[in-house]
Amino acid sequence: MAKKIRVLVAKPGLDGHDRGARVIARGLRDAGMEVVYTGLHQTPEQIVEAAIQEDVDVVGLSVLSGAQMTIFPRICELLKENGAEDIMVIGGGTVPADDVKELKNGGWAKEIFTPGTTLETIVEWINSNVNTD
Amino acid sequence: MADHVDRLLEGDRRSAAKLITLIENELPEKEEIIRRIYPHTGKAHVIGVTGSPGAGKSSLIDRLVGTLRSEDLRVGVIAVDPSSPFSGGALLGDRIRMQEHALDRKVFIRSMGTRGTLGGLSRATKDVVKILDAYGSDVILIETVGVGQTELDIMHYADSTVVVLSPGAGDRIQAMKAGIMEIADLFVINKCDTADVTRIKNDIENMIDLSPLAKNWRPPVLKTSAFTGDGIGGLWDKLKEHKNYKNSCGSSATDSHKLKSELLEIMNGKVMARLNTGALSNGKMDEIIDSVLERRIDPYTAADTLLEKLICFREGA
Ligand code: B12
Ligand SMILES: Nc1nc2c(ncn2[C@@H]2O[C@H](COP(=O)(O)OP(=O)(O)OP(=O)(O)O)[C@@H](O)[C@H]2O)c(=O)[nH]1
Ligand SMILES: [Mg+2]
Repeated sequence: MAKKIRVLVAKPGLDGHDRGARVIARGLRDAGMEVVYTGLHQTPEQIVEAAIQEDVDVVGLSVLSGAQMTIFPRICELLKENGAEDIMVIGGGTVPADDVKELKNGGWAKEIFTPGTTLETIVEWINSNVNTD
Repeated sequence: MADHVDRLLEGDRRSAAKLITLIENELPEKEEIIRRIYPHTGKAHVIGVTGSPGAGKSSLIDRLVGTLRSEDLRVGVIAVDPSSPFSGGALLGDRIRMQEHALDRKVFIRSMGTRGTLGGLSRATKDVVKILDAYGSDVILIETVGVGQTELDIMHYADSTVVVLSPGAGDRIQAMKAGIMEIADLFVINKCDTADVTRIKNDIENMIDLSPLAKNWRPPVLKTSAFTGDGIGGLWDKLKEHKNYKNSCGSSATDSHKLKSELLEIMNGKVMARLNTGALSNGKMDEIIDSVLERRIDPYTAADTLLEKLICFREGA
């Protein structure tokens, strides 16, 4: 059995916009990935603990609340504290271009997909950026 | 890998998670891992939780974990969801209802896709149970995908099997799948906060009366609500009672039956693997196919001949 890419799709904080997260979760499943979806209102601690137990390759944060500049760094910090900084962090949602740049430059997110990005683009990006040996 | 096994035995959750992945992906290291952890297994009480989709299996497990934690027991949960037969992907959503203990270090929850097996569980489940057992879990709860005709595998994996029903119309007893009586050690009627479930309870009791019990254990029919928590303590009491019952009848008979099916499954896998890795490809297969084509031998004789070669085949030989 070949390796399957495992992705945790997470909705941090009080942000109730879950449409995008659900669309992504289904889309990644239909692209052959195993997607763990944990529902709304997750704390950073819950997200990191789930990522570790589920041994995912990628944590995907969906943020439409404007809280990106605290959430992404916090997740990375917690992953590091738990010796799990090898898990890749990506995201999506209404994140302004300047923030995307800053988060990527700071190493807080490997990539961020803003509204309107096609599923194909996202699937292709994950497939070519996750090591599947 | 050696490090991961050592750390697993020290209770490291990251190593447990990594080893589970390795086993799910059926990497070559798998057998070595099992060989090393096997002496450390056999301690956990393995509980299967099955039942129709949406009956409340995940919610019930979340509650049950609470009861187990109040007795300071270490808990492992394996939640299986179906993999898509088309893409091979899976949406693993049981964790949504298992958030109560997300940060408790003595609770380890792992979601798995069925990855092409039909039995309501993934092929890796048995070995993942061993990992969580060696990790130190006192109780391991397995949530299967909804019960169906071929989805009765759980009885080969669990010490105790709970069948969860809800008062919905889909759970009419008449509609209950064949085989359910054989696998249920306990029946649970969940969501008893939403409706009067006396009728369903009576139906099930009647069904139990009518079915020839192979064992001296009559499956209790319990009422629970994962919403209010009603009946959860009673469920755990009955599970402990069932475990004691099993121990008292000298578990060896059922255990060796379970082991036999496990061994057959492993052998089956190994034979298929040998076939697929071309153990027969050294011209022998072609030669025999030619003989069949020319009608010098028939397909059954050909298969027997090939099987004999296969069994005698040794790596590197
Ligand atoms: C629909 C909607 C709602 C619905 C949500 C329904 C639901 N269950 O999801 C409702 C009406 C409930 C709602 C409520 C509110 N909303 Co609203 N909402 C929107 C709206 C119009 C569309 C969002 C959407 O569903 N898009 C469709 C999905 C498919 O797109 P998406 O989520 O962006 O996902 C895509 C990408 O971002 C990316 N992606 C997203 N997540 C992920 C994750 C991963 C892992 C990856 C790889 C990719 C990825 O991929 C997707 C495909 O391209 C947006 C405006 C907008 N332009 O986005 C405002 C918007 C998000 N809402 C906004 C606000 C302010 C609110 C409210 C606070 C309004 C209020 N005052 O009450 C409330 C808050 C609710 C709450 N509890 O959080 C603001 C947020 C501003 C901000 N970020 O600072 C927005 C941007 C509108 C605006 N321009 O002001 N909202
Ligand atoms: N009223 C009530 N609702 C419940 C109860 N238990 C579960 N539910 C609800 O029933 C729905 C399904 O619950 P789950 O726990 O996800 O059920 P499940 O059997 O694990 O579902 P699948 O894994 O999808 O087969 C959810 O909306 C729960 O909130 C209960 O005891 N009472
Ligand atoms: Mg469930």
